[in-house]
Amino acid sequence: MTTPLLAPAFRADGSKRPFLEVKDLRVHFPTADGLVKSVDGLSFELERGEILGIVGESGSGKSVTSLAILGLHKGSNAMVTGEIWLDGREIVAATEEEVRDLRGSEMGMIFQDPLSSLHPFYSVGTQISEAYLVHTKVSKKDAKAEAIRMLEKVGIPNAPNRYNDYPHQFSGGMRQRAMIAMALICQPQLLIADEPTTALDVTVQAQILELIKELHDELNSAVILITHDLGVVAETCDKVLVMYGGQCVEKGLVDDLFYAPEMPYTWGLLRSMPRMDRDRQTRLTPIPGSPPSLINVPSGCVFNTRCPFTDRVDGDKCRTVHPDLQQGATPGHEVRCHIPTAQRQEIWLTEISPNL
Amino acid sequence: MIRFIAVRLLGAIVVVWLVSVVTFLIFQIVPTLSHTSPVYYYIGKIPFPPDSIQMKALTHRFGFDLPLYAQYWHFLSGILFGQTITDGVSTPIQCSAPCFGYSFRQHQLVGTMMATAAPVTISMCIGAAILWLIGGVAVGTFSALKPGSLVDRVGMTGSLAAVSLPIFFTGPLLLLIFEYTLGVLPDVSYLPITQDPAQWLRSMILPWVSLAFLFGALYARLTRSNMIETMGEDYIRTARAKGLSRPTVIVRHGLRAAITPIVTIFGIDLGTLVGSTVITETVFNLRGLGYLSIQAIQQSDLPVILGVTIIAAVVLVIANFIVDILYAFIDPRVTVY
Repeated sequence: MTTPLLAPAFRADGSKRPFLEVKDLRVHFPTADGLVKSVDGLSFELERGEILGIVGESGSGKSVTSLAILGLHKGSNAMVTGEIWLDGREIVAATEEEVRDLRGSEMGMIFQDPLSSLHPFYSVGTQISEAYLVHTKVSKKDAKAEAIRMLEKVGIPNAPNRYNDYPHQFSGGMRQRAMIAMALICQPQLLIADEPTTALDVTVQAQILELIKELHDELNSAVILITHDLGVVAETCDKVLVMYGGQCVEKGLVDDLFYAPEMPYTWGLLRSMPRMDRDRQTRLTPIPGSPPSLINVPSGCVFNTRCPFTDRVDGDKCRTVHPDLQQGATPGHEVRCHIPTAQRQEIWLTEISPNL
Repeated sequence: MIRFIAVRLLGAIVVVWLVSVVTFLIFQIVPTLSHTSPVYYYIGKIPFPPDSIQMKALTHRFGFDLPLYAQYWHFLSGILFGQTITDGVSTPIQCSAPCFGYSFRQHQLVGTMMATAAPVTISMCIGAAILWLIGGVAVGTFSALKPGSLVDRVGMTGSLAAVSLPIFFTGPLLLLIFEYTLGVLPDVSYLPITQDPAQWLRSMILPWVSLAFLFGALYARLTRSNMIETMGEDYIRTARAKGLSRPTVIVRHGLRAAITPIVTIFGIDLGTLVGSTVITETVFNLRGLGYLSIQAIQQSDLPVILGVTIIAAVVLVIANFIVDILYAFIDPRVTVY
């Protein structure tokens, strides 16, 4: 490991840094149409052993965030600013070569579509042992043995034989298992799963999530689970971060978010989710409109164009003033909304919650 | 796998057979349409007045009075089993399989003529192919890594220029520079590599470069577009996320996938080139298959034209066959059955 990366694990004020700290992260893409602000001022913290769920619509900046943590925007035309501290090392300012060393070994990633994310011309086993060989000085034979062990661990039956199979010979669920084996073979302390179950059917989804949880418990690693499935979040995560238009609009513990959400966008998400305990005749309430353009981000609150509660705020504040992320009813629960906390709680209890 | 190879091989044989039928028919129909005797195209002259007894005897001697299928069989069995060639006067010549007949114009067996000419063409094609494949893929890859950069612009402008310039321009230009002005590559005649490798190389360098210049340009553009597409694939992101080094990502993951369609085109190009080197051979004064065929066409030397056509077709079919087999190894998704 190169020494310049080994920055102290303490902040300037002497407080200890969390395992992963993202501070004011901005990822902007210059395009012919203008500057796309995919992520604009995102901050969060994560400790080992915690699972953070990042939820939001397509294009809300979830995947771009995860790619930034892995430093995968380096070498592209993306402009990344802010700070990402992983175990005392800063990633945004680090060189490609320094981050490359951390990829796979310190942080692993599982991608959404396992078929297109696996190389079609190499056998699954080769691709897994390749990941092991980059960071470990072992013979190819040992790497193969380790890859087979990993395949067995993620539940691939007859692993020694399946080692030589190509991705197209695997089923969707098995491919995702193989991706997990690849991401975890070097036992990274941070695992980012970018919609790991989106391409899979429901029964397999449950198995894959169970597998991620098991491996998480075993390695005591930090996990970021990116999804737009609130059910998955409720079941799996400790903390949740809701993203909208490249910004964090609400974050907190899972219970805060599901039992006392304070942001109109989160309410909208919950209302558009089917529930087992609801009357079957009740229609789901979708959020009207479509996600904002990331080139011409609405002035004021990003959500004001679709928010049904802008009339609860005095004057034109929602359209003119960009709300800060402020503490909600409980510590650690942060909300970006102009409606006062007490009023938000009241709206939730009287207008939203009963109709869910 | 064996079944796959067998099926492809059978297909290849059928194609070659069809080519032999079609070429044979064309060269039978031409004399009929031009109201001359096939004898003319065979020996290059009409030695006796038409309808004379001698002419009829000659027609009979060459078998032109037989039905078409019998003539074709005579032609085919010659290739397959060999035949004895006689003009009725001189000592009969034993022509063993594969016998493509006898050129009465050159007083030589067509097989012998082609055996002398083929190494020239094959040396030229293979050398040029290696050069253009390496050069084209390298230029294309470097262009693709930073699209729009100076390297990319220079590479692509250069290849556009190269692909627009015909051999009869680049060839003489190279000759002018390297042979006449600089004198670094004095005019040397071709010698087989087995006899004198140094002279063989010297006689081949300029043809290689001018051919590689032309073909390499296409490969550079093709590699570039394939490579740009591949580098945007999800599996490249996965490879980077694993922590692989940039060269490994580019070559082992990127180029490996981008090169696959190029292999197909390479096989076809190489096969086609063997049968179409006329201009290059003429520019550099090489006595290869192209030169042989152009000479035969000028002299209406039918047996030679037939022979060269069939050989060119066979080479193309073999090249395609090899590509098919190779493809099954390169792309595991190709079902082998």
